[in-house]
This record gives sequence, C-alpha cells and structure tokens, in this order.
Amino acid sequence: MRINGARAVIESLKNEDVEIVFGYPGGAVLTLYDEIYKTKFPHILTKHEQGAVHAADGYARATGKIGVCIATSGPGATNLITGIATANIDSIPLVCITGQVATPFIGRDSFQEADVCGITSPITKHNYLVRDVRELSRVLKEAFFIAGTGRPGPVVIDIAKDVFAAEVDYEYPAEVNLRGYSGKYIGNEKDLDKAVKLLKQAEKPLVFVGGGVVSSGTYISFREFINMLGIPVTSTLMGLGCVEPEQKGNLGMAGMHGSYAANMAIMQCDLLIGIGVRFDDRVTGIMKEFAPKAKIIQFDIDYAEVNKNVVSYLSVIGDLRWSLPLLCKKTKIYAEKIKKNSAQWIDYVIKMHKNNPFSYKKSDNHIMAQEIIEKTAELTENDTIAVTDVGQHQMWAAQFFKVYGPRHFITSGGLGTMGYGLPAAMGAKIGCPDKAVVLFTGDGSIMMNCQEMATLADYDINVKIIVIHNHVLGMVTQWQRMFYGKRYSQSILNSKADIVKIAQAMGIKGIRIDEKTDLIKILKQTLAQQGPALIDVNVPDTEDVLPMVPGGKRLDQMIMESEAANK
Amino acid sequence: MKYQIAILVENKPGVLTHVSGLISRRAFNIETINAGYTEEDDVTRINIVVNASDNMELNKVIHQMAKLIDVIKIVNISELPSISRELILVKVKADSPGVRADIVNIANIFRAHIVDVGHQNVVIELTGEQDKLAALVDMLGCYEVLEIARTGPVALSRGITPIKNM
Ligand SMILES: Cc1ncc(C[n+]2csc(CCOP(=O)(O)OP(=O)(O)O)c2C)c(N)n1
Repeated sequence: MRINGARAVIESLKNEDVEIVFGYPGGAVLTLYDEIYKTKFPHILTKHEQGAVHAADGYARATGKIGVCIATSGPGATNLITGIATANIDSIPLVCITGQVATPFIGRDSFQEADVCGITSPITKHNYLVRDVRELSRVLKEAFFIAGTGRPGPVVIDIAKDVFAAEVDYEYPAEVNLRGYSGKYIGNEKDLDKAVKLLKQAEKPLVFVGGGVVSSGTYISFREFINMLGIPVTSTLMGLGCVEPEQKGNLGMAGMHGSYAANMAIMQCDLLIGIGVRFDDRVTGIMKEFAPKAKIIQFDIDYAEVNKNVVSYLSVIGDLRWSLPLLCKKTKIYAEKIKKNSAQWIDYVIKMHKNNPFSYKKSDNHIMAQEIIEKTAELTENDTIAVTDVGQHQMWAAQFFKVYGPRHFITSGGLGTMGYGLPAAMGAKIGCPDKAVVLFTGDGSIMMNCQEMATLADYDINVKIIVIHNHVLGMVTQWQRMFYGKRYSQSILNSKADIVKIAQAMGIKGIRIDEKTDLIKILKQTLAQQGPALIDVNVPDTEDVLPMVPGGKRLDQMIMESEAANK
Repeated sequence: MKYQIAILVENKPGVLTHVSGLISRRAFNIETINAGYTEEDDVTRINIVVNASDNMELNKVIHQMAKLIDVIKIVNISELPSISRELILVKVKADSPGVRADIVNIANIFRAHIVDVGHQNVVIELTGEQDKLAALVDMLGCYEVLEIARTGPVALSRGITPIKNM
C-alpha cells in the first residue's frame, strides 16, 4: 500500500486497535490532521495539550489500554510535559505523537522547534525522533509494544513534518525485535519458594499492595491470596481498589495520611510482603525506620525497584502475572498453618482498625469535605470511577470513598499534579462510557485546567465535578498551620471567580451548595441527571487531613484527630 | 569506590546522552566516559568509570540503565578478571636541548612514544593502566606541560567469552 506518513500513522493506530485519540492541531501535524479528517478517525479536541495528555492518561488508567495523544511541535509538545511526567511516575502506558519541524530545519532553532526527545528523555520509558518515513511503522509498532509491556510507561514519538507528507510502501510489522528489551519478565521460582517459607514462619504477616497489581491486572490472584490466608492488607494510594472494601483485615491506605492501624501494623509486623509497590517516601515515613521488625519481601517487575528506597530481605523479581498465581498455588497447602500462626495477630490488627477508623469531626452547621465524599460514595453505584485532583480533597477521597475494584480510583500519585483531575475524568468517561465518573477537586486544582469543562460540554461527556470549596489551597494551609506558624503565605484563595458561573459559561450545568440540608438532595439529583455538571460545595477552611505522619517522622508517630483538636 | 562499567548500546543518535543523563540524574559522578565502535556495526560500546559508595549503590544505577530500551547489555567489569588501558597524549614545552634530552629519557623509561617534535615542544603518547599514566604525568610535572588529552580507560574481560554473551 503506497500512502503518506500521516496515513501510515493512522493505519498503525488502527492496527493497534486504538479507539480514540486526544489532541490539538498545529503547523507540524497538519498533514496528520488532514488524514484524521479524511479517515474520520475518532478524535477529541481538548482546549489545551495538557488536557489532552491527562485525558489520554485517565483513559489508560480506567481501561487498561494505551492512551494516545497528539500535539504539534514546539509549544504543543512542551505543553505535554507535565502530563508525560505524571504518567511516567505512575507507570501509565501512553503513546504521545508530537510533530517536529521538517528535517532540513531540525537543529536550527526554527520556528516552533523544541528538542522534544531531549526534553522528554528523563520522563519517558522511551522516545523516538522519526526523520525517515520508512521507519515510521516500525517505530509505531515498537512504541505501542514498549508502552504496554513490562512496567508500562509513556513513549514519545516525535515525527518531522516532512515525514508525514512523504510517501511510503506501508506494511505494519508483525513483531517487534529489540535486543535490549523483551517486555517479558519471568523470575526465579526459587525466590518464590523462599517467600513461601518465610510466610510459613511468620507470626505477624502484613501485605502491602500497590499500583503494580492494578497495572498488571492481577487483582483476582491477589484477592485469592489474601482470602486464602486472611492476612491483613494495607494499600498505597495507587493500590486502592485491589482489596474489597469489606474484606476482613483491609486496613485501607498506609503512609502519610494512612490509617492508624495500617501504619501501626507496618511498624509491628514481622513479615511485610510488598506487591507492586515502590516504597515511595510518602508511604514509608522516615525510611530507615520503615517496618523495623519485619523481613521485607518485595514482589516487583522492575529490578531497579529492589533496595531503591528500603532494603528488602528477599525480592521476587518478575511479572506479577507470573508470580502471583504461582504464589497462590505454592501457599495453598500451607494455608491452614499460616492462618493458625498468625491468628492472634490478625485479630489484634482487625480490632485496632475497628477502634481507629478514618474519622472526622461532624458539624451541625457546616458541610464537611469528608461527608461530601462519604455521601457521594453512598449515592453512587459500586462500579463508579472516582477521579481526584491533588490536595486535601484527594486524601479525603482516598480515605472515605469506597473503591470496589482496581481502575476505579484515578489520581495522580507520584507526581501529585494539580489540574490532573478534570481532563483525566474526561478520559476515564470516554474509555468507560457505561460507568459513572465523579471528580473530586479543590477550588485551587479545578482552576488549573478549568478550560476542559468546555470540552465536556462540546462532546457532552457525562462527568460530575464536585468542587470541595474551602477557599484555600487546603493542603498548603495545613502545612503552614502545622509547621510554619500559621503564616498562610499565598495560600488563601477567597477568589472572586465564580466557579459555578465558569461551569455555566463553559456550557455545563453548575450548582452551588451552601446549606447542609441541601447536600443530599442536590447531590442525588445531579448525579442522576444526564450530562456533565459541576457542584460547588462550601466547606470550612481550617480542616486538617488526619492522621498525619509529619515529614521525618516514623509511621507510628502520627498526629491523630484527638491530638490535633487539643493544639 | 571507582567502578568500571561496559555498556553495549544500539548505535543510534542520542543514546550516549541518555546513558550519561541517567547516571548523573541519579546523583552519580561520572569519572570518565567514552564510546566507540565494536565488532558489530550497529553496536556501540560505552566505557565508563563511576564513583559509587558501594556495590549496592552501583547496582542501583546499573539496574536503572538496564531499563533503557537502547541498552543491550551492561556489565560491571570491575568484578571480572580484565585488562584495562587508557591512552594519553601530552604536549610538553622543550625549547632547550637539555630539556628535550630529559623528556626523551623519561619517555623511554615509560616505554612511551614521542609522536611529534617541534622547535619548542614534543608530544608524548602512552598507553597503559591508569596509575602508569599518572606516574608519567607526575614526572612531566617538573617541566612545562602545555596540554593533555586522555581517553579514559577502556577494558575487556579476560577469557574467551565476550560480555555480550555473559
Ligand atoms: C501543579 C501543582 N502545583 C502546586 C502543587 C502544590 N500543592 C499541593 S496541594 C496544593 C493545594 C491544593 O489546593 P486545592 O486544589 O484547593 O485542594 P485542597 O487541598 O484545598 O483540597 C498545592 C498548591 C501541586 N501539587 N501541583
């Protein structure tokens, strides 16, 4: 088939079963957009390239497929950076296609030229600059393979303008041939045997689950393992949904804003089994004192994660699709013994969690942020996808929204990107049209990409936005209150901008809730209505997210609600 | 500790920057780095010497580098029996017959070669292990060294197995 490079890109996307792309046109990608027009390839035009990349990311997180976005050269491509970095640190598979100036102009500081490969190399799994149309189909094939296999991640393909126009005999490669990368990671079975042996000896085992279980799609094996042994489980922010909310021994999230029981259990356990977690500093507290009494077993696909932050006693390196089913099989015969050994501990931990659940001060006059999240959880189906922005509302959502399955809690974990929520929610809804999608955001975060409300309106994308409006950059004020003598430098918003009117001006419904008595009624009504809508709820401005492990402290040095009340 | 590492990579533009960028981003100090062709057209060998506090730290960076798609193989040569060599070129001022004779003498003792002679200077070439080169430089310190160019060490493992098959 003799076609031009732009058409070759489209054909390759079809070959990869890409359903939809998110993007924004410009000079360097006009030939590609011309083909999108001619082939009617499904495309969502966002209002900003950052919106496009976060939308592709939300789509990928919700569906497990690879998200695709397109941007033009120079400023278009650099607008993707925050989104690429966000996806990279959370291991989200993306293919980002950017236009580059024509080959004769590369390296001359030409109009709208930026060194995209240079800029994105630290924040991508891999990247390509395509200067020759004959490489295009191979590069696309490789890019999708690399993005989606192994530990997933974003891949950038920077394509020179003249490559889109050049003609080529198109053939899509059947397979990928990369000497330095196989995408398959089968580990050493002996390590698994050692893990089983440690389990048999443990009296206080604890499982610590992370995003790796979500991205490898192994939550069924994972749940089987947990159910079989009844071991208590705690999760990272990225691992929420891997454990059933009602599962006995589910301690919820651990770490800086984790549950009391989760953090105490980490400090007291004698065996900590980390599965698909990277021991990020938000979760460990002071690293040297993390799980001080425990032998740590680390299950991960990535060698580079071993001993990166905390030193593990044993590592089982390999794809969880390999290790988890095998782990189940190998432990089955010892299940009763393991249960018996840890029976006391399990009771103790469950009781500890029951006595110290996530909680908050209730108020007769004010609507509390946590309450909004709890009520929304109650009013929505179990398969609702909750998306968050970044700040206090994000942590409260992690604490109070019941997440029933993986890919149902979508949040920027590693980078903590404000402005992520709205476009990600849009992408999630497009990927999962049959599921309800609710975004929890703050009055700070929503403004960072509020222009995408217009995209919701233009395509009638049914996302419900709940703005937890505390008139401050809440998480910032919390730190300033606790550690900076209540000097609220540049964190009081009290903005004159009317978020409800912004929503309306952008073409979606906007409703404000001031009165406590209105909360349930309006929430219920709005959630039941078709089409995108924003609810702006006023909440007090001095609430803290608790428990909290202050920086540089151990996990058992949490500030609890009762203590905070006395300060 | 200094470690010598050999990395086989795809011979593509940008790979060297990728590798070196990754090392320095992870807060390692690259002592020397060089890259060159190998017995296979499309494979480049990067030889680096890095400073790391211990093996564990070193392994962290090795595992990070191994993740780069264009990296085919990476081996810590310091762990293996190996031969290591570095090339140095030194330009020394020699504007009197006495000095010139001294320098020729020193070069002979080190089995170095005089590869260029002018009215005012000589250029000495020496290949060897790093400490031998260091000793030469030290000796020439008594004279006026005008310019030095060094490659940084390259190393091959002993025995029949090439590192690509390790
Ligand atoms: C892009 C970006 N800039 C700055 C920050 C630092 N930051 C973290 S939380 C936060 C405040 C968020 O405020 P808001 O969205 O109103 O949420 P709240 O904490 O009030 O719930 C800020 C500024 C960030 N995470 N991301």
